[in-house]
Amino acid sequence: MSVLENLPDARGRFGPYGGRFVPETLMPALEELTAAYEAARRDPEFQAELQRLLRDYAGRPTPLWFARRLTERLGGARIYLKREDLNHTGAHKINNALGQALLAKRMGKPRIIAETGAGQHGVATATACALLDLQCEVYMGVEDMERQRLNVFRMRLLGAQVHGVATGSRTLKDAMNEAFRDWVTNVRATHYVIGSVAGAHPYPMLVRDFQAIIGQEARAQILAAEGRLPDYLVACVGGGSNAIGLFHPFRDDPEVRMIGVEAAGEGLYTGRHAATLVAGSLGVLHGARSYLLQDDLGQVLPTHSISAGLDYPGVGPEHSYYKDIGRATYVAATDEEALAAFQLLSQTEGIIPALEPAHALAYVACLAPTLPPDQVVIVNLSGRGDKDVEQVERYLAEGPSRHSSPTPDAERSTLPLIGNPHYRG
Amino acid sequence: MSRISDCFTELRAAGRTGLVIYICAGDPDLETTRRLVPALEAAGADLIELGVPFTDPLADGPSIQRATERALASGTTLPAILEMVAELRRETQVPLLLMTYYNPVFRYGMERTAAEARAAGVDGFLITDLPPEEAGEWQPIAADQGLETIFLLTPTSTPERIHLASRLASGFIYCVSRMGVTGARAALPPDLHDLLRRIRAGTDLPVAVGFGVSQPEHVRQIGKWADAAVVGSAVVNLIGDHGRTCIAPVTEFVQRLRQVS
Repeated sequence: MSVLENLPDARGRFGPYGGRFVPETLMPALEELTAAYEAARRDPEFQAELQRLLRDYAGRPTPLWFARRLTERLGGARIYLKREDLNHTGAHKINNALGQALLAKRMGKPRIIAETGAGQHGVATATACALLDLQCEVYMGVEDMERQRLNVFRMRLLGAQVHGVATGSRTLKDAMNEAFRDWVTNVRATHYVIGSVAGAHPYPMLVRDFQAIIGQEARAQILAAEGRLPDYLVACVGGGSNAIGLFHPFRDDPEVRMIGVEAAGEGLYTGRHAATLVAGSLGVLHGARSYLLQDDLGQVLPTHSISAGLDYPGVGPEHSYYKDIGRATYVAATDEEALAAFQLLSQTEGIIPALEPAHALAYVACLAPTLPPDQVVIVNLSGRGDKDVEQVERYLAEGPSRHSSPTPDAERSTLPLIGNPHYRG
Repeated sequence: MSRISDCFTELRAAGRTGLVIYICAGDPDLETTRRLVPALEAAGADLIELGVPFTDPLADGPSIQRATERALASGTTLPAILEMVAELRRETQVPLLLMTYYNPVFRYGMERTAAEARAAGVDGFLITDLPPEEAGEWQPIAADQGLETIFLLTPTSTPERIHLASRLASGFIYCVSRMGVTGARAALPPDLHDLLRRIRAGTDLPVAVGFGVSQPEHVRQIGKWADAAVVGSAVVNLIGDHGRTCIAPVTEFVQRLRQVS
C-alpha cells in the first residue's frame, strides 16, 4: 500500500504540510465543509450529477492529443497534450468550480465568493453559479484586472460582481486575503470556492479530488494510445491545481516521473519571480503550512510572472510534500521562455496555449530533445491562450527587455533552453 | 502568576471593567510606540496589545491593514519589537501581549521567539491564525517560558470549541464580538450578551471583548457582561491621522473610554 494513499490525514496534513491555520471564526465552516464533502463523496447521486455536468456541460472527457509536429520539431520523446483548454470556459478550472458549486448548493449556501488571478477561476466560478443559480462575487487584484480585462467582462456578463483589490501587491495573493475577509464576515450563508490546492484543509484535498479527473482520464487514454504508462508528466504550478490533478492518479506508479514548472519571471536571480518550490522556504500563508516566498522574518515577498495565474507566493501543501519525498521535481521557466513556447505550440500544433501551461511547454521543449523517441511525455495543457493574446501582442511589440538588465546566461533560468537549436526555429 | 493573570484578578477584586488597548507596533515607527505605551497606561489602559505587522493580515479590516503597512514601511520587525519591549520594561510593568499572525513567529523560530519574548518582558501571545487545533507545538513552548497563550472565541464557536479553547488557553479568552474583520463600528452586535453567556458557561477564564468596540458606551455595556473591553481600530485610526504627534489625542481618547468604566 502506498504511503501517499491516505493523504491528507484527519488534520489535513501532508506530512508536515497543510493544516488549518485560520482565524477561529472560520474553523466551524471548515469542519462543516469537510463533513459535507465526505458525505457528498460517498453519495452516488451527487457523483452522478457531477459526472453529468462534467460530460454534458463542460465537455469531458477532454482529448489526449498526440502532438506530432511538436514532437518532430523537438526531435525526441513523444509528446501528448491533455487538452484541458477544450473544456467549457477554456481551462481546467471548471472541474473544481462545478464540483464546489454543487457542494455549496447541497450545503444550502446561496452565496459564493472566489478569488481569481488570471480570471480563469473567476470565470469558471461565475459560470457554475449562473448555471446553478447561485449569487457570485469575485475578488481580483487590480493589476490582474488590467492584465485580464476580457475575463473581468466575462465574469460580469455571467452575472458575477467583480471586486478590485488594491491592497498589497494587487494580485492573486491579495485577492485571496480579501476573499478570506469576506468569508470571515459572511461565513454562515457563504461558500468560498478556492480555485487552487492551496488554503486550509479541506481545500487542498477537495480541489485535488475535483481536479483528479484530469489524471484519471489521461491514464486511461495513454494506456489506450501507447499501451503503457507515460515516462513523464509535466504541468505548470502556481497554486498547483492542474498539476496535482494530473499527478495524483499516477502517484503510485513509480516509473512515471512528475515535473512541476513554476514561474521564474524575469529570472530567479532577479528576485522577480514566483518560483515558490524552487526558491522558497517553509512558511504559513492562507491557512496552510507549505513552501512560501518570504524574507528572513516571515514577511511574504512580492512576486512576478508574465502569467497572472502563476503569480502567487504560496503553493499547495501536497506539492511541498511531493517535493520533499522526491515524488515530483520542480523547476522554473522564465517569462521569455514561456513566450517562446507560447509561439512554438501555436505554430506547430495550431493550438494557442494560455501563458500558464506555456511554462510547462517551455520545460518540455528542453526536456524532449534529450529523450529517446520511445519515451512518452504528457503535458497538461491546462488552458487556452485567448485571454493572453492581447498581452502577448503588446509584450512582443515592446520587446522582452523592457525592464530587465542584461542577463548572465548561466543564471537565466533553471532551463538550458537558450541555444537549443531545436527550439526557436 | 503572570502580569496578565494578576491584572484580571485585580480587576475582578475591584469590580472594574478592564480596558485593553491595541496598537500596531511600529506605527508610524517604534520610537512612537515606545512613547505611546506608558502614555496609554497613564491614561488608564490595563493591558496593551502590540500588533506585530505582517504583510497579509487577512483577519484585519482597512484601519489595521493600513497601520500594518505604515509599520512595515518604517522597517518594523519582530526582533526590533522585542528590543523595544525590553526598553519599555525599565519604565512600566503594564501587561503586554503580542498579537500576531503565525508566520513571523514560525519563521523566526518558535523556541527563539518564546525565549526572546520572555527575556524582553512580553507576557503572552495571541496568534490570530493559530486555532487550538494547530497550537499543539506553540502552546507548550510558550508555557515553558511563562507566556500566556490567548485564544479567540467567536459567534461561530460551538460549545465543543469553547471547551477546546478554554482547556488550552491561559490568561484570558478573547471574545470576538461579531463575525468579520477588525474595525470600529457604531454599535455592539445585538447577540453579544448571548454569546458571552455561552462562553461563560464553558470557561472560568476572564473574558475580554473586542472587534468593533470603539466608544465609551461600548466599554460600559461590555463591563456588565465581561471582564474587559478591547479597543483597537479606533485608536489605530487616531495614530493614522496624527502620526508621530498621536500621543496627546490618543491619551485623551483613552481617558474618555476609561471614565465610564
